[in-house]
Amino acid sequence: MENKQTIFQIRNLRMWFPIKKGLLKKTVGNVKAVDDVTLDVYRGETLGIVGESGCGKSTLGKTIMMLNKPTDGQVLFNYGGEFKDITQFTPQELFQFRKKVQMVFQDPYSALNPLKKIYTVFEEPLKVHGVHSKEEREKIMQQVLQMVNIQPDYLLRYPHEFSGGQRQRLCIARALEVRPEVLICDEPVSALDVSIQAQVLNLMKKIQKDLNLTYLFIAHDLSVVQYMSNRIVVMYLGKIVEVADSRSLYDTPLHPYTQALLSAVPVPQIHQEKKRIVLQGEVPSPINKPTGCAFHPRCPHCMEICKKVDPALTSYKDSDHMAACHLYGKQAE
Amino acid sequence: MSNQTNGLKAANKKQASSLLRKNVRKFVRNKLAMIGLAFVVIIVAASVLAPLLTSYDPNQISLGEMTQQPSAEHILGTDKLGRDVFSRVLYGGRISVFVGVVGALSGSLIGMVLGSVAGYFGGKIDALLIRLSELFQTFPEMILIMILVSILGQGVGNLILVFSITGWMTTFRMVRNEFLALREETYVQVCEAFGMSKAAIMFKQILPNVLSPVIVATTVNVAGFILSEASLSFLGIGVPSSVPTWGNILNAAKSIEVVTNYWWLWAVPGVVNSVFVLAINFFGDGLRDVLDPKQQ
Repeated sequence: MENKQTIFQIRNLRMWFPIKKGLLKKTVGNVKAVDDVTLDVYRGETLGIVGESGCGKSTLGKTIMMLNKPTDGQVLFNYGGEFKDITQFTPQELFQFRKKVQMVFQDPYSALNPLKKIYTVFEEPLKVHGVHSKEEREKIMQQVLQMVNIQPDYLLRYPHEFSGGQRQRLCIARALEVRPEVLICDEPVSALDVSIQAQVLNLMKKIQKDLNLTYLFIAHDLSVVQYMSNRIVVMYLGKIVEVADSRSLYDTPLHPYTQALLSAVPVPQIHQEKKRIVLQGEVPSPINKPTGCAFHPRCPHCMEICKKVDPALTSYKDSDHMAACHLYGKQAE
Repeated sequence: MSNQTNGLKAANKKQASSLLRKNVRKFVRNKLAMIGLAFVVIIVAASVLAPLLTSYDPNQISLGEMTQQPSAEHILGTDKLGRDVFSRVLYGGRISVFVGVVGALSGSLIGMVLGSVAGYFGGKIDALLIRLSELFQTFPEMILIMILVSILGQGVGNLILVFSITGWMTTFRMVRNEFLALREETYVQVCEAFGMSKAAIMFKQILPNVLSPVIVATTVNVAGFILSEASLSFLGIGVPSSVPTWGNILNAAKSIEVVTNYWWLWAVPGVVNSVFVLAINFFGDGLRDVLDPKQQ
């Protein structure tokens, strides 16, 4: 990962969903789905985002896409060296930005309009983005279909005539039509059979190499993330608890939550003794987060300071490995 | 390359339309629906082709031929002003069916547009439109129609206007509820991620998925509006009595004398009206079976 070029700079991003109650719709609280996330994404890498259900992975992805209007913070996108804050974009600028960043969604079964033939489904984004000649459109359609190994004569079929894997490949192909630089993949394989998962993942890797794409790979399956990612972000309750290179995260997980998460990955060996860290209690509600470190009520290494002070994301031994935990703040001193 | 796609488009046409053909076959197998369709077609065709089927002017008053019994000359006899009843039933069908169809279509159109807006945007617009539709629904429909007719005056156009104002609520509710569910579908998000306009997402992406129940509801509304037109005209507040409609013809049956002595003045238009409404309802049920498998 030499001479890294940053493509996304996410600064203090907050996505709070207000809870409204009563006749006057008074805001009585916020679901802090994404809470103060700061993150750099480098060009050409695959950045895995993991965490359990409800920790804000998908919301983070959608907020970066501006499908949700963030409550606070900045998302800077690299326009040929110049960073522009997309949270401040006008609708027109945002429309142009849609060509830079595309998204693949979790459920391929509902991602294609059931009433429309694949041909129409593929034609629409191109029409919207100003490819007016039919020849041009069909050329692009053929190209992207070739990338995902689907025959062009399937274009005239309806979505229900395809299997889950085929549909997800179609969704990837459709996202590629506008030549994006970044593809946000929101659990792209979690709805698929394991055998199909591998097929789709390998295809995605190949496409990434061919087109020099940047992936934001959101998943909860740790082995899938490990297979795909260069770097991994671990999220807990809307916050980043650890960022590291894929290798170093799996070898030396720092944050107690990451350690617990990794210890839950099944190992395909019968006699290997594994130390399983079982976390106590439930994930706290993102409406009323614990004070201090959000993880402290479940943390096996909880200290006094953890209950009061929210640890910042800091580098461990001056490396790229960052964790938000007081355990390592002390070590650095 | 593009030729290949074009060629494929043509070559696969047979396979592509298989869904439609399957539905048609399913509909054809439904006997009741086919009978309904047959009656609808026959009555509509007879109305449209009225000048070919009868040589009498429906408004031609001939005092010498008052209240004649059905005969070879006047198949269904004549009314109290000597007008040919058969001809009046045929020409009356034109207005009655027209009022029913256009009223139902425009009511559905209003309901679809408002329902799409309410369901897609939600929030305050949704709440406002829901209250509005509830307000319309709390009114006794017949009285509302009577008030509106007395304000706007009699006439075919006004009647259609009144029907579309009073008939959009069911479609509105249906479309809105479907939209609430469908806007969470992933393909809607995909379209948003591509930056498609809200109008395009609403009307091009989501609305086609809501259309089948709307079509069924519209056919049922056609029947309802034909009945409403008949009732209103019978009461003398629908279409002006100079225009022949099924309701206006039945208007003659207001007096006991007509009911007891001149059966041909009311029996035939009444039967035609009922048969047509029944046929439309059968047809609508058949459509529902084909288009809306959830409601079977």
